[in-house]
This record gives sequence, structure tokens and C-alpha cells, in this order.
Amino acid sequence: MAPKQRNTTAAAPPPATSTSTSTPTPSTSSSQPTTAAAAATTAPSKPRLTAGGQPQTLDRIVANVAAHYLDTTPQRTKLLDAFMAFLVAAGALQFLYCVLAGNYPFNAFLSGFSATVGQFVLTASLRIQTTEANKSDFPNVSPERAFADYVVCSLILHFFCVNFIN
Amino acid sequence: MSKSSSKVKAGQLWSKNKDELTKQLGELKTELGQLRIQKIVSSGTKLTKIHDIRKSIARVLTVINAKQRAQLRLFYKNKKYIPLDLRAKQTRAIRRRLSKEDASRVLEKTKKRQTHFPQRKFAVKAHLRKAKYPCRFGSKLQTVLSRCRCKLLLLLLHLFLDSKLHELNLGERHHHPPKATMSADPLQALASAGKGKSTRSVLRVIILALIAGAAVASRLFSVIRTCPVLYWFDPWFNFRATKYLVANGFYNFWDWFDDRTWHPLGRVTGGTLYPGLMVTSGVIYHALRALTIPVDIRNICVLLAPAFSGLTAIAAYLLTNEMTPSSSAGLLAALFMGITPGYISRSVAGSYDNEAIAIFLLVFTFFLWIKALKQGSMLWGALCALFYGYMVASWGGYAFITCLLPLHAFVLICMGRYSTRLYVAYTTWYALGTLASMQIPFVGFLPVKTSEHMPALGIFGFLQLLAFLDYIRSAIPSRQFQTFLWLFAGGTFGVGLLGLVIATSAGIIAPWGGRFYSLWDTSYAKIHIPIIASVSEHQPTAWPAFFFDLNMLIWLFPVGVYLCFQQLADEHVFIVVYALFGSYFAGVMVRLMLTLTPVVCVAAAIAVSTLLDTYLNRKSPKPEDSQTVEGAEGKKASKSGLKATSKPVVGVYGLWGKGMVVSALAVYLLLFVLHCTWVTSNAYSSPSVVLASRMPDGSQHIIDDYREAYQWLRQNTREDAKIMSWWDYGYQIGGMADRPTLVDNNTWNNTHIATVGKAMSSSEEVSYPIMRQHEVDYVLVVFGGLLGYSGDDINKFLWMVRIAEGIWPDEISERSFFTPRGEYRVDGEATETMKNSLMYKMSYYNYNNLFPAGQAVDRMRNVRLPDVGPTLSTLEEAFTSENWIIRIYKVKDLDNIGRDHMSAAAFDRGHKKKKVMKKRGPRVLRVD
Repeated sequence: MAPKQRNTTAAAPPPATSTSTSTPTPSTSSSQPTTAAAAATTAPSKPRLTAGGQPQTLDRIVANVAAHYLDTTPQRTKLLDAFMAFLVAAGALQFLYCVLAGNYPFNAFLSGFSATVGQFVLTASLRIQTTEANKSDFPNVSPERAFADYVVCSLILHFFCVNFIN
Repeated sequence: MSKSSSKVKAGQLWSKNKDELTKQLGELKTELGQLRIQKIVSSGTKLTKIHDIRKSIARVLTVINAKQRAQLRLFYKNKKYIPLDLRAKQTRAIRRRLSKEDASRVLEKTKKRQTHFPQRKFAVKAHLRKAKYPCRFGSKLQTVLSRCRCKLLLLLLHLFLDSKLHELNLGERHHHPPKATMSADPLQALASAGKGKSTRSVLRVIILALIAGAAVASRLFSVIRTCPVLYWFDPWFNFRATKYLVANGFYNFWDWFDDRTWHPLGRVTGGTLYPGLMVTSGVIYHALRALTIPVDIRNICVLLAPAFSGLTAIAAYLLTNEMTPSSSAGLLAALFMGITPGYISRSVAGSYDNEAIAIFLLVFTFFLWIKALKQGSMLWGALCALFYGYMVASWGGYAFITCLLPLHAFVLICMGRYSTRLYVAYTTWYALGTLASMQIPFVGFLPVKTSEHMPALGIFGFLQLLAFLDYIRSAIPSRQFQTFLWLFAGGTFGVGLLGLVIATSAGIIAPWGGRFYSLWDTSYAKIHIPIIASVSEHQPTAWPAFFFDLNMLIWLFPVGVYLCFQQLADEHVFIVVYALFGSYFAGVMVRLMLTLTPVVCVAAAIAVSTLLDTYLNRKSPKPEDSQTVEGAEGKKASKSGLKATSKPVVGVYGLWGKGMVVSALAVYLLLFVLHCTWVTSNAYSSPSVVLASRMPDGSQHIIDDYREAYQWLRQNTREDAKIMSWWDYGYQIGGMADRPTLVDNNTWNNTHIATVGKAMSSSEEVSYPIMRQHEVDYVLVVFGGLLGYSGDDINKFLWMVRIAEGIWPDEISERSFFTPRGEYRVDGEATETMKNSLMYKMSYYNYNNLFPAGQAVDRMRNVRLPDVGPTLSTLEEAFTSENWIIRIYKVKDLDNIGRDHMSAAAFDRGHKKKKVMKKRGPRVLRVD
């Protein structure tokens, strides 16, 4: 699932992305929602870089994952995924800014960054709880309940962020 | 004449009758008359006999009179009226006394005064007024209360067993219904179960309330014995901060810059404390005010800890309920938590310290964590994060949670128990909890900067990876996944480790703090950070302390952990991890016993309740006869059933075995209650500011030197007089005497403390400039030599030396305070450095004068002191308390004719001596 992406984007060295993203994207399929595909593909790109040896297997893995994703994910969940991808992008942007331009208002950076991370994590939780496959793990949590929880937690999160931003 | 001239003996007279007596009287009288004539004529020789004869006459008369009265008595014996002088008399005083009626007469004015201003039976003493003698009413109240408490606990135990039996009779069917019964009469079983359930929940609520009540009551010993007084050190500061908060409002409190501590520097108090405690009591105060219940803020502070301990008991109940289906375990855990000395030690009335609320928050946070983990619910995770934030606001020990929860998650992952529930619970907690903790100014950026918080962050990232992998695994065939996993995991791990190493070495992430190192290496602090090691609660725990604080729980604890191993669901793993972690830290530091106590209570409760369940509920193994199975459930019902099918039962199934085990357990529980009461009453209920001791006759004697001295400071010194003392007393001086201090218990500036240490441990020539520079007006030392009080400054002196040596190794050397043979002595053989140090001089100044010459003894260290006491030239004695525990010296101003103090003092002394010499010298006429 998607939660990995933040780490990858943060850690992956810039030159790798150009080569790796170019190969899998045409191979997967032509008519996919772009953000979701990017989310699914950027992550596996990095190990391939470290391994380097078996591009063939990796290609197949990526293709499989993408196919699986497209087959099984309902439309609503895709929406969530899009939101998560946006959050990853926002987080990565902030981090990049922090690295390049310095972290001077550290409060502001921290609250901004943790707002994206927190929101990402909460959305991921919501996604997990609403997925049909995980139904057995959450006997007490209906999708409606999950959404209510999500709203409450987000409110708390943003309250803290706004309070911390100075 | 010659016959009667001899003295008359009264003994001979009694046998004579009345006539003979009269006759003898006549003879004696005539003889007396003749003698008197002779006296006038002055011719007689035996004039001295006059005296004897007069006495003889008197004797005869006495006998006559007595006989007469005896006759009269006989005569009047049975008469109705007896002459007045024959009646029995009371004493003169009694005869002249006012009648009862007269005595009780009161003036109108007095009567009014008494009705309008009746004498108060007992009064809550203001905390600074001296409470020399505990009032009689208090002691009466105390006995009543302790009796009530005993009864309460017994009642509790009783109720508990009752509920246990009840559960056997009614609830058992509900919990583990034997199939035979279910099929036989499901309706009846359901009905009885429903009834049992409601009864049990009512019982449970009552028992919980009683346990909370007992927990509160058992912490009130000190309030009843002396008066509501705050404890030792930190509570005084917290109290002062709370007062400030209540008086000035929250925002001012947040920005509070305190210029009355750390004298030249001041302290940004609002940003350097954990505000949870003060805010809590502030909120309670305002809430009560809003309900129009006028309460003094001091009383809230004193009683906050007991109140929260009641809540802790309830939290322990909830936590244990998550562990085991048996509700009795929860009740037992609550009971244990309520009265374990290990927790009481930090939560008696008056110990207004961060731990007072922190332990409740700790237990409750753990409960919420377990709940979140079990349900995989974001809401519970968020609640957990909120309480974690509250905990961070209250106590530095929050790091314990910060480390324990990731550790739990990590262990679960290592056991291959990663689940989406874990992901939801942990990430929600971490994301919200970290943000919440960063709201506290004192914590600030620590969660992203220090290594203590890194495990939590690491697990957070790790969980993201795992969740991702989990998704991939569900998406692709397992062969492909294998290769993918290896590449992926290896790559990420390498990158992450590299990043961490680089970040740490580049200084982005601070290395581990000193306190943290001292947790791993117990001698670390002693070598590198004396200021941490000098605090007694940072010492490693002694073995007896475990038994003293936990009593029988300490041997039940491993049993409970073992039982957790047997079931080993996620929440049981938590208990196991917590147990290991907690035991280690409790062994390292006395203070962390507090964090171990909750898990011990929970584990022990699980053990006890399993034992009870096993022995009370175990049915006879006769599956072929459903009748018997059903009969064996209810104990009373079982009798007939068993007899009817009678086969003697053996082993655990027998009534004997059950009875033995259960009664033995009951005895242990009783002993535990007694132990807890005893420990609480004897060890943890003296407020330390007021020392209670026993007189030889067993009556209580209260030594109140501290408050006496602080009151003296408050009344006799200027408002801004700076007091120098060792940092231990800083908070007290600030709180009770309300005077600025140089250093206090918030040990944020080691150098400043070392400066004070240097002033104390060097000679007067060195320390006087230091004191002048810091504008010290008074110096306060604590001296226990007269009373044998062990916590005095001479005993702490080596720490001052060590801390000072850490900053000025050239000027102060610990070695020079020891004799060549390596002894730390204060008597005649003390080293010169020791004798010249300011601390030594201040402690023993004038002490010799208390004793006859040459017999001055230090009762604390049991040594004889040298004949000549130390002399002080830059200080003068200002105040010494009743038992010499506190001595206060005034720093002399500069000499007004420019001499240095040594010569001035020497001159003063020399001057006197010269005068004496002059007087004794020969007088010489002055010749011009």
C-alpha cells in the first residue's frame, strides 16, 4: 500500500527517478488515473536501483501490482489514494524546502510537515478500515464509524498544528 | 507530789475511770499552782517542770474528753438526732465550697460571649503557623478514622469474596456454559445470567467506589496527625507556582519570569516546568468556585494526590479488564493499586508533586493504548494521544511511555503479529501524540531532536514500510514478493541507518542525555554528573525496598507474567514487555519503582484471580452426568447433587483443597492490607517538614524547626534579602519564607550550584567575595548534630565539594576533606581544609557552649568535638532554631573603617583580652 512513498521520495537520490519512472509507466497501462499510478510506481523504483541486476523481474512485479490495484480498488478508495499522493507531494515539498532553504521558523516547518504526515497517516488508517479485505480485523468499526473517527482525529490534529505554528 | 511529778503517759490514762482522772487532774493543777508560786517567789528549783505538768494536764483532759464523747456516742447511737459536733464532717474546703447551683452561675455578658464566640474545638492550622502540639480532637479523629479504614478494607474484602461467590453461582453459567446445561434449559440459564449480570455490575460499581474511597482514606494519615502541610521539597515550588497561576491567570503563568530564584539569573519558570499539575489544580479550583464551593487553593493542593489515586485505582481496573475476562482480576488490581505502598509513597496527602497525577495518566494512557490496539480504532488512538499529551504536560517520566509503546509495537512485529490494527493504533497515537507533546514549551522540539524519542519515530517509519509491504504482498504472487522483499528491506534499512548515523554525528539529533546514560550504567552519574547522583531518589534500589513497597505482590508478579505468557494475545505481550522494562528501571533508580508498581499490581491481580477462579470454579470432571455438572456449579446446590451421585472427590476438586487454598489466600490478602496500612502510617506519612518523634514516654513530639526558621526569615528580614543555602532548601525558602534564593531544586544551572558549593566548601577569605558578588544577605545551613538528624548539610557536604570540584578542580579538591587515612571526620582530627570550610564553621559555631567544657558531642556522627569551637569573622549568627536544626547567619557588611574582616574580628577579640590583661596588671601611678 501507499504509506511508503514519503520515505522514498525523501530518501531517493534525484538522478534515479528519471530512469526508473520512465520504464514502468508505459508498461503498466495507458488509461489509469495518473496520481494513483505515480503513487504505486515511485515506491518500487528505488529498490530496483539498489539491486540493478534483475530489471525483468522487477518490471513484472510492478506490472502485477499495478494490475492488481486497478482491478480491485473501488472508486472511493482511489479518491483517498489521490489525496494521499497529494499529501506526499506536499510533505516532500516542505522537506525539500527545509533542506535547501534552511529550517528557520522551525515551529512552522514542523507543524506544516507533521500536518501532512499526520493527515496522511489518518487517511491511510481510514483507507485500511474501509477496505473490504480488512473487514475481519475490525469487527467493531463500520465505515461510517471510521469516517467519524477520521473527522474527529483530523480536527484534533489541525488544532494542535495551528496552535504550534506560532 | 513526788509521785505525780513524773510525766503522765496517755497510754496509762485510758485504763482509769472518770473519778480517778478527775482526781489526777486536781493533783496536777495544784502542783502547777505551787510551781507558779515558786516561780514568782523564785525560790523553787524545778521550774522546768511547769512545762511537763501543763502537758500532762492537757493529756488528762484529752482523755477525759474522749471518754465523754465515746459515752455520748454510745448514748446517741440509735437516736434520731445526733448533736452537731458528733456528726461526721467533710474537709474544711469542701464544707466551704459553693453549691453546684452557685458555681454554675454566669454573668449575662459572659453568657453572650460564649454563645457568640464558642471555643473552637479544632482549627485547620495555617501552614506557616507553628503546630507544636497536635490537638486532642485530631488524635481522636485519627483513631476513629484508622478504625473505619480497617473496617472498610475488611468490608471490601468481604464484598469481593461475596461477588466472587456470586459470580460462581450465577455468572459461571453465563461465561462458560457447559453444553449439557445449555441444551437442557436455555431459557432458565439466560434468565439467571441476566439477573446475575445486573447484580454483578452493581456490586462491581459499589466495590470500585469503595476501593477508591479506601485509596483516598489511607493517604490522609499525615493530614490528621499534624495539619494539612505540604511535603519536603518540590511540592513547595509546585504550590508556589499554583498560587501564581490562580492569582495571575493562565497567560501570565505561561510567560512567568521568576526573578526571586537563582538570584542574579532568574528563571523562565513558565517555560521550564511541566504545567500539568498546576493547571489541573487551577482548573479544579475554578470549577469549585464556579459551583460556589469556596475552597482554599492550598487544600486542593494537599488533597489532589489522594483524589487522583482513587482515579488510578479505577484506571488499573480498566486496564486489567482488558487483559482477562474475569472481572475479579480488575477489582483486585484496583485494590492493589489503591493501597500499595510503592504508589502511596508518592501520593499521600501533601505530596503535591508531578507524580501525583502522572501515575494516573500513565495507567490510563496504557489502558487507552490497549483499547486502541484491540479495536484498531482511530478514536481510541486519538484519546490515547490526548492523554499522552496530558502526561507529557505533567511529568518528565513521559519518556517511559514514549519508549514503551514503540517497544511493544516492535516486539509484536518481531513476533510476526503485524496487523492493520497495530498500524492504525500506533500511527494515530504517534502522529497526534507527538504534536500534542510539542505544545509544551519545556518539551518543545525534543521529540524530533533527542535520541530518546527516536525509537518511536523509527517504529513509525517502520510501520509505514510494513503497511506498504503488506499491500504489495496481497497484490502479487509470493515468489515475486520474496525477491522484492529482500531488495526492498535491505535497501531501506541501509539508507535509514546511514541517515541516522549521519544525523547524529552531524549534531542534528542530540546524543543521549546524561540521565539516560545513568539508566544503563549506574555508576555513570557518580563519575560524570554528581548533581544527579546526589539526589537520593536517583540511587539504585536496595533489595528490601521491593518487598517493603510491594510486599506479597512481588512474588505474585512473576506468576502473573507467566500467566500472560500462556495466553499471549497482543495485550499480554504488552504486560510482559512492560514488566521487563519496568523491573529493570525500578532496579536502577529508586524513583522509578513508581512506574513498576502498576504492572506489578495488574500482574499480581491476574495471578490471584486465576488462582481463585481455579479453586472456586473448578468442577468435578464427570462429563457423563450432566446433572452433576450442573450441581457442581453452585456451591450450596452442589452438596445435595454430589452426595446423591456420591463419589468422594479428590485433589483440587475436593472441598478441603479448595478451602485451604482460598483461606490461605485470604490470609495473605489480609496480611497485605495490614502491611500496607503499617507502611503507610509509619514510613510515608510524616511530612518531613515537620518531624515527628516519640518522647521516652511514648507521646508524640513534633519538631518544627524548619517552619520556625522560615517564619523567622519571613518576619525578620527584608523582602528582598537573598538567602544562600544548598539547593535542597531552595524551594522551601521560596515557598515558606518567600525570600529570593541563589539556587533551588530545579537544578537547571550546574555552574550556579557549583558556585554555592564552592562558597560553602572554601575558607572564609574565598567565600566572602563570592557571597558579596551574589549579594547574599543570609546563609542558611541545616545542622543535625544536636538532635541526631541525619539529613543535614554536613552529611551532604561531600556532594557540594564534588559538584564544586567539577567546575573548579584547581581550587577545590575532594581529597583534602579526607584525613590521610581516608576518613571523613568532623572531630579534632578533621583536616585543616575541613575545619576552615565555611560549612564546618557555620555548623559548629558556638556549639561548644551548649555543653560543659570539653564534652561537646555531635550526636549525629557520634564524635567528640574539639574543645575550642570555630570562629567566624565574616558572618554573624542571626538565628538558630529550637533544636539547632536550622542555623541562619548574616553576612557582615564591609568594615566601616576599611579593615578586612579577619583583622577586625581579631581586633575585637584581642581588644577584650587586652582589657582583661590591663586590669590584672599592676597599677602604676602616673608621674608627669
